[in-house]
Amino acid sequence: MASPRMSSRASAYSALLPAFIVLAVVYIGSTVWTMWMSLTGSRMLPNNNFVGLRNYEILFSNDRWITSVHNLAFFGVLFVAISLALGFLLAVAIDQKVRSEDSWRSVYLYPYSMSFVVTGLVWQWLLNPTLGIQKLVRDMGFETFTFDWIAHAETVLYCLVIAGVWHAAGLVMAIMLAGLRGVDEDIWKAARVDGLPTWRVYASVVTPMLGASFATAGVLLSTSVVRLYDLSVAMTRGGPGIASEVPAKFVMDHLFERANISLATAAATSMLITVIAVVAPYMYWRTRVAARGRA
Amino acid sequence: MSGAAAMQTMSPPGDAGGPRSARPVRMTPARWGLYAFLAITAAFFLLPLWVMVVTSLKTMNEIRLGAIIAPPLAPTLEAWAKAWSSACTGLACDGIRVGFWNSVKILVPSVFISILVGSMTGYALSFWRVPGANVLFTAMMIVAFIPYQVFIYPLVRVFAFIGLGQSIATIVIVHTIFGLPTMTLLFRNYFSSLPIELFKAARIDGASFYQIFFRIMMPMATPMIVVAVILQVTGIWNDFILGLVFAGRENLPMTVQLNNIVASVQGEREYNVDMAATMLTALLPLVVYFGSGRWFVRGIAAGAVKG
Amino acid sequence: MSLQSEVDIRDVSVRFGNVQVLEKLNLKIAPSEFIVLLGPSGCGKSTLLNAIAGLLDVSDGQMWIGGRNVTWEEPKDRGIAMVFQSYALYPRMSVKKNMSFGLEVAGTPRAEIEARVAEAAQMLKLTPLLERKPAALSGGQRQRVAIGRALVRKVGVYLFDEPLSNLDAQLRAELRVEIKRLHARLGATMIYVTHDQIEALTLADRIAVMQGGVIQQLAAPKDIYRRPVNRFVASFVGSPAMNFIAGRVEAGLFFHAGDYRIPLAGYAFAGAPAAGAATLGIRPEHVLAGHEAGPDAIAAKVEMVEPMGADTLIWSRLPDGASLSIRHAADAAVREGDTLPVSFPADALSVFDDTPAGARL
Ligand SMILES: Nc1ncnc2c1ncn2[C@@H]1O[C@H](COP(=O)(O)OP(=O)(O)OP(=O)(O)O)[C@@H](O)[C@H]1O
Ligand SMILES: [Mg+2]
Repeated sequence: MASPRMSSRASAYSALLPAFIVLAVVYIGSTVWTMWMSLTGSRMLPNNNFVGLRNYEILFSNDRWITSVHNLAFFGVLFVAISLALGFLLAVAIDQKVRSEDSWRSVYLYPYSMSFVVTGLVWQWLLNPTLGIQKLVRDMGFETFTFDWIAHAETVLYCLVIAGVWHAAGLVMAIMLAGLRGVDEDIWKAARVDGLPTWRVYASVVTPMLGASFATAGVLLSTSVVRLYDLSVAMTRGGPGIASEVPAKFVMDHLFERANISLATAAATSMLITVIAVVAPYMYWRTRVAARGRA
Repeated sequence: MSGAAAMQTMSPPGDAGGPRSARPVRMTPARWGLYAFLAITAAFFLLPLWVMVVTSLKTMNEIRLGAIIAPPLAPTLEAWAKAWSSACTGLACDGIRVGFWNSVKILVPSVFISILVGSMTGYALSFWRVPGANVLFTAMMIVAFIPYQVFIYPLVRVFAFIGLGQSIATIVIVHTIFGLPTMTLLFRNYFSSLPIELFKAARIDGASFYQIFFRIMMPMATPMIVVAVILQVTGIWNDFILGLVFAGRENLPMTVQLNNIVASVQGEREYNVDMAATMLTALLPLVVYFGSGRWFVRGIAAGAVKG
Repeated sequence: MSLQSEVDIRDVSVRFGNVQVLEKLNLKIAPSEFIVLLGPSGCGKSTLLNAIAGLLDVSDGQMWIGGRNVTWEEPKDRGIAMVFQSYALYPRMSVKKNMSFGLEVAGTPRAEIEARVAEAAQMLKLTPLLERKPAALSGGQRQRVAIGRALVRKVGVYLFDEPLSNLDAQLRAELRVEIKRLHARLGATMIYVTHDQIEALTLADRIAVMQGGVIQQLAAPKDIYRRPVNRFVASFVGSPAMNFIAGRVEAGLFFHAGDYRIPLAGYAFAGAPAAGAATLGIRPEHVLAGHEAGPDAIAAKVEMVEPMGADTLIWSRLPDGASLSIRHAADAAVREGDTLPVSFPADALSVFDDTPAGARL
């Protein structure tokens, strides 16, 4: 006879069943399987011929992969830095008791509600030299104005950054604004009595208090950097040449077009390791902070 | 009184004795600079939307001749009509409406099921201390950061193996899987913030696990459900990669179809149609965003604070 | 250090939009005086303090501090310092940095800063804590740091907005004594907002009792307690509250309620005593009961007895139905249902007229 206590515990497990299946099949199963595939000679179909780390050797001597990784690092640093800076400045500006605050906020945040595909396509048009901003400025009489970054391998990544920042700066703004609003009003009063200029309060007192907001925004942005795929596909299709390829696209292309499962899974595993290396310290820090908060 | 007041109050000298000195001026040069900064950045953020809208309302002739930011001389919805019902993706010329309906078919069950499963998981994790729960939760929080590429191929094989292949059912399950961490977190945090006495009282009244969930917890969780719906509707509607891989050729969602329409150029490129198709694809998230106001921000904040 | 400033508030009004919070308020505070602002929540105490500090703009009137018109000066130039209820410490700075930061920004010489911080720290027993972050301090220590940050400014006027209300009773009592000691030592002017009557009565040279943005009475604690100017002040100060009995004044000699009379001979009327409807007030500890009661005692019916340790609180009812609380010696053998003779000494009474405000007669 099951006691009521046993039956409610069984109910709890039944509710958690989907989650446990996902844990076993997706989180653990798929990850292990992907890692294992990266150590085999699988091509179009999976097989279990163990080849050691050979796929990784091939991967890291593959020009397109190396370029993808470089691109991602370059894009990632610029995108995260500029989004954080712009988002923070916007939050500070909006925090100055501006008129119709809600409207400003809506304007900065709406891009975040749109998909990367839409974002990529719109900016592709705007940055297209023959019809976008370059043409607009030339038509206004500046005949020699050039803004054709999207057409050149050396500059195309800046275009991805522009589109990315446009998409995500509002998110940072929203997170930072919430952080700023959480600052005790008395701190501002105390600072005024102390005679601190406003910029000094932001620099020395308030910004150091926003550590958690910066961390949250930074981690969110970094996650979207590693996942970067749709934007590159929609905006540049990896071009010109391979100048705007990214790792996620490398994996997808090798899985579904080039039928090279082992290389694709080696690439995916490399991405996984990178992400864990970034996220693990963050998670650790969060648990420490949480533990300290409880103490 | 936050930074604002500190910035705006100048200090004209207090005059001794005489009539009251004037009040500090509100619009200082610093305030002008502030508004200038806001206006210039706002222009940057609004430019793409503006260009999209005006271009979609122009004829190709006008696009070729005029400036991209000029408002349409004779606004016409022709491009919208074409984008909706007869734009071409490769071979078929059925417009983006096919993708629209596919997205709807994917969206409705995905949103419903992912929220149901996520809220139930969050509930089980917050009130019921079952062994293994912590492992589960930690794993979810880590997975929320991991790129899909790690999971995609094994999942394709699993779905092929169990006979679902690429289908609406598959993509709904996939959205539920990848929505699980955020949904669970959202509801777990919300339920944890409720007084535990509520739960204890219900148990003493003899309510079962599922009775407590459906009769007591879910009715109280309405605000979280709104937030979850906003998050999932925009997230699933905007998805590209999962739909591409798991939905199947017949069920490609709107984002994928949009990309195909724009990519397939036959003869002269019809920018107005492309922009109209883009607008159509962006419409639902924009409506959700502007319709939901502060809820959207709440959703972001709730989804953003992981752990 | 003997900076002293007088504070002179002249006809100051403060409006938030169309909500008038302070109206033509006048308050003159002598150098080195300790003023406590007391009043119910929302009566405008913080608003007044913020207006003095320059943290919000007055809509009308003038503010003079130390003989200067500072109505439109920045807070830092007014010669004031302020301590907040929430401490408002800069969380990422050490205790020392919290105290020195304002001086550094103002360009005070290094040595001078060191000296002032050391002096304030020593005065407040903060010296061992100087390198800590606020998060690593207890509530009482944090509030000390907040006071220290105000002290280093070496100004003539210190403003306190409910500085102790986040602390537990014992710490509150300790810091209360410390603030009193500081005041004696610095001789600076202090303006102190509180909800706590004990704080108000023990610290203040004068108390300003406020209601609805208006100062009802400004007087020494003893006078506020003994001679409240109206019914609001009488009921707001003192716990348990003053008893009120409705009735009539007759020929300035008796207070007549129901079928009993209370003699008023010896009561110091403010003006010529006139007959008419009035309210009589008496504090529970001034009621004479049992064998202390005088010859023309009234019979009160005891309804409830609350032993409080040092004394006993007796809730009773007078013949006309008015309720009367009595503070009595702890050893009194009084029980529920007893009839207790009570009498009211005229010099401890307050009599208020029957206007809505209930001004003292
Ligand atoms: N920024 C503001 N805008 C509008 N009304 C305000 C504002 N600040 C205060 N008030 C109003 O002014 C009145 C006085 O507020 P104040 O903070 O001075 O009260 P207080 O006496 O300090 O109360 P407490 O004892 O609760 O701190 C209140 O009714 C309050 O609602
Ligand atoms: Mg207050």
